[in-house]
Amino acid sequence: MDTSHKAMRVLGASRGRTEAVAKVTGRAEYIHNLRLPRMLHAKMLRSTMAHARILSIDTAQARAVPGVHSVVTAEDVMKVIPQPYFGPAFHDQPILAVGKVHYVGEPVAVVLAEDPYIAEEASHLIEVEYEELPAVFDEVQAAESKIVVHDELKPAGTFPDLKHLAGRRGTNIALDFQVRKGDVEQAFAQADRVFEHTFRTQQVMHTPMEPMISLAELTDSGITLHTATQSPSFVRLEIARLLGWPESRVRVRTAFLGGGFGAKLYIKLEALAAALTLLARRPVRVALTMAEQFYTITKHGTTFKIKTAVDGSGRITGRQCTVWWNGGAYADIGPRVTQKSGFTATGPYDIQNVAVDSYQVYTNLPPAGAFRGFGITQLVWAYESQADIIAKELGIDPVEFRRMNLLREGQAHSTGTVMRSAGLIEVLDRTAERMNWDQPFDRGSGTLRRGRGIGVGFKALVAPTTSVAMVTLSADGSCFVHASTVDMGQASNTTLAMIAAEVLDISPERIKVIAPDTDVTPYDMATLGSRSTFHMGHAIRLAAQDARDKMEALRAELGLPADEPLDAAALLKKRYGMQAGNIVGWGSYVPEYTSPNKETGHSENITPNWMIGGCGIEVEVDTETGQFRILRMENVVDCGAVLNPRIVESQVSGAAIMQLGAALYEEMEFDEDGQLRNASFAEYKIPGITDLPASIRNDAVPMHQYNGPFGAKGVGESGAFAVSSAIAAAIDDAVGVRLTSMPMKHETLCKALRAAVANPIEETLT
Amino acid sequence: MSTTRISFELNGQPVWAEVEAHHSVLDVLRNTFELYGARESCGQGLCGCCTVSVDGKVVSGCLALAIDLDGCSVLTVEGLDSGGELDPLQQAFIDCGAFQCGFCTPGFLMMSKQLLAQNPEPSESDIKHFLAGNLCRCAAYPEIIQAVQLAAHRMNKQEQV
Repeated sequence: MDTSHKAMRVLGASRGRTEAVAKVTGRAEYIHNLRLPRMLHAKMLRSTMAHARILSIDTAQARAVPGVHSVVTAEDVMKVIPQPYFGPAFHDQPILAVGKVHYVGEPVAVVLAEDPYIAEEASHLIEVEYEELPAVFDEVQAAESKIVVHDELKPAGTFPDLKHLAGRRGTNIALDFQVRKGDVEQAFAQADRVFEHTFRTQQVMHTPMEPMISLAELTDSGITLHTATQSPSFVRLEIARLLGWPESRVRVRTAFLGGGFGAKLYIKLEALAAALTLLARRPVRVALTMAEQFYTITKHGTTFKIKTAVDGSGRITGRQCTVWWNGGAYADIGPRVTQKSGFTATGPYDIQNVAVDSYQVYTNLPPAGAFRGFGITQLVWAYESQADIIAKELGIDPVEFRRMNLLREGQAHSTGTVMRSAGLIEVLDRTAERMNWDQPFDRGSGTLRRGRGIGVGFKALVAPTTSVAMVTLSADGSCFVHASTVDMGQASNTTLAMIAAEVLDISPERIKVIAPDTDVTPYDMATLGSRSTFHMGHAIRLAAQDARDKMEALRAELGLPADEPLDAAALLKKRYGMQAGNIVGWGSYVPEYTSPNKETGHSENITPNWMIGGCGIEVEVDTETGQFRILRMENVVDCGAVLNPRIVESQVSGAAIMQLGAALYEEMEFDEDGQLRNASFAEYKIPGITDLPASIRNDAVPMHQYNGPFGAKGVGESGAFAVSSAIAAAIDDAVGVRLTSMPMKHETLCKALRAAVANPIEETLT
Repeated sequence: MSTTRISFELNGQPVWAEVEAHHSVLDVLRNTFELYGARESCGQGLCGCCTVSVDGKVVSGCLALAIDLDGCSVLTVEGLDSGGELDPLQQAFIDCGAFQCGFCTPGFLMMSKQLLAQNPEPSESDIKHFLAGNLCRCAAYPEIIQAVQLAAHRMNKQEQV
């Protein structure tokens, strides 16, 4: 399929966001702003134990507070939802804790009150008695531990590759995914050099500036959820399942999201909001504080053991990857991360002998799920860091080492899928060029040393997923696009309007993209994984083409000449004798895909496209203190054809800066009891304006995705891929110290520098 | 709970409200006046999403108490285009694409407005220093710096004419 159009009229030129004025005047709609008549405010009481049996919950004092409507526990929830367990991959997460708590911060009870301050105050008066149980926090320990988070595994049945786990007991492993190719043991035996390292990443939180929020209300026809979600279609499906209602009785609508980054995916507060409104028979607002978000969803911490065989020329001949993903207490979408990202763990390299084992592991920590990159940043951190270590050991330039080993167009990836429209070498070369990699480089002097690093990572587009769209032309020729893609800042409304405009040959200003509302916008899997431009872009392209086909049919029916331009207003006026009627086109898109083989992970077609991100970093390190500054950051992506250059640049830049946070300072810090110490911006630092690299530039290589809409593919995550490893490489290049755990805090480097000169910092302090 | 009546000027209009002692500026703006441009994000005065101007000084609307507004003049993002025309900063934010999700944007605008009132020709480092307390998780920071510079440039040029 070649879906490109040679000359693009609207696409390819920069265009600002359609909602720009609403956003700068403070008038853009967010669910955060919504108030419903007679609504009650909910406040959760959360577990103080990482793993414990609930012996009793005493709500009497809380209920007695004036203004409190009711106090709700799991027992009450089960009156309206007898099976109160939800989740996209496993039905393991209770709406409120049932019998046991599985992490510190798990919701145990809820106060409903007329006023949010009263709800909060009353929540502190609930008394819960626990019997503490042993808990497990580390993902590698938990994979083998006798301490089991859940007695029995309960896959949702949605994903065929999880079905074999149903009923499994005595384990914390919620998915074991593997890839096998060639003979990796033989490769190690025959190798000139074998390298083995372990890399770690930490648990972090998305911290969208609009904290998660859901409101629910009962209506004549069923229930309506107003919710800041990235996946309205999934919320409808899951609420309908929990209630045992048809989807037609559940309406889910959203607005602009104040950031998402994966935090607002699948189902989060919606099931609780639904249960509460059913119990109270009044509208209910469930709004989290920033602190509470840390207890709701996070990014997987990981341990990645990577062992690589290399021949005398520097070619990688074998690679064994073992990845443990710390999934926290509930699976959320973790098993998908384990598989969909897990199969790329060997990196974008041509390797004949491969073994990958990727484990999703339950622990007694807050749940981990999707986070911009969907596991890829954790993997790139390891395989690109090791690429630099190997290149250094072998005395090969790190860019040259990558050039020797990168997968080329037409070669098969470890899974057997042939690389196509994957600009790996293009991204690497452009990054190196922008870094002046071949030019002499000022390495600093004295206690200020400079270094540089480069890396490249890739991601497979999550598949198979479906998008459906509708295009409605009004009798004045203006147009509505019905799509459930959620605009959370990535400018999807703008891009989707541009795609419709391109096909319909009208101005984007005449197009309104309707905010997701499952009563009026058709099914879309979700807004995640940089999938919308590709999937929804295709669906809208097809819908607009369908509308054009219908206009052509109408033109013929009206006896108009075939060279008459397709003008909906003129056609409808002629058809109805007045400004009346609509022309409706629809489109549906699901890419081709072949599931990987259970034993080998092989698939002829494991992804519709590969998204590619490269990063070049220059740092200056103070060798006395370990403080370092990023002097230069060059971000380069392959996103296929660039549909809106300014938006693409802001996505690349935003993803890269966000990743700086995880690379350098963000870290959820837990004590030995699993208690989170820093659920606040006071102690959990995210990048601010003063943290920008001295120079940051972004670029997209000229590529054309053969099966993309107008040659495009997604770009929301690619800027994040290679940031962390490039920083580690630059530090190593500057001062000869290699950091293998994130975040790379200044104090961590300080300690490592002192350890390297046999003058460890601990000794001098005592 | 007892309430207190406060009177103040809101975006140029005289207004009054009944507030309780613990109500924040955000509470009164949102619940009484249905102005949603100032937003609660961190709730601790650390992110700047709730920034409003009180008597010409920027405050964190999530921490400042509504009761203290009595007799004050309050400017929110909704007041920036009260004449029907966008403020030069708003236009510059649009022209530079200085936002993505837009949730933090009103806070950045109010803070930048204050900066330009104090310092009509801020350097890049002045801008960074002044906006250090505003967080944007979409990380539109490079574009925000450009936008503040562009607005300053346009405003200075206009004054010279």
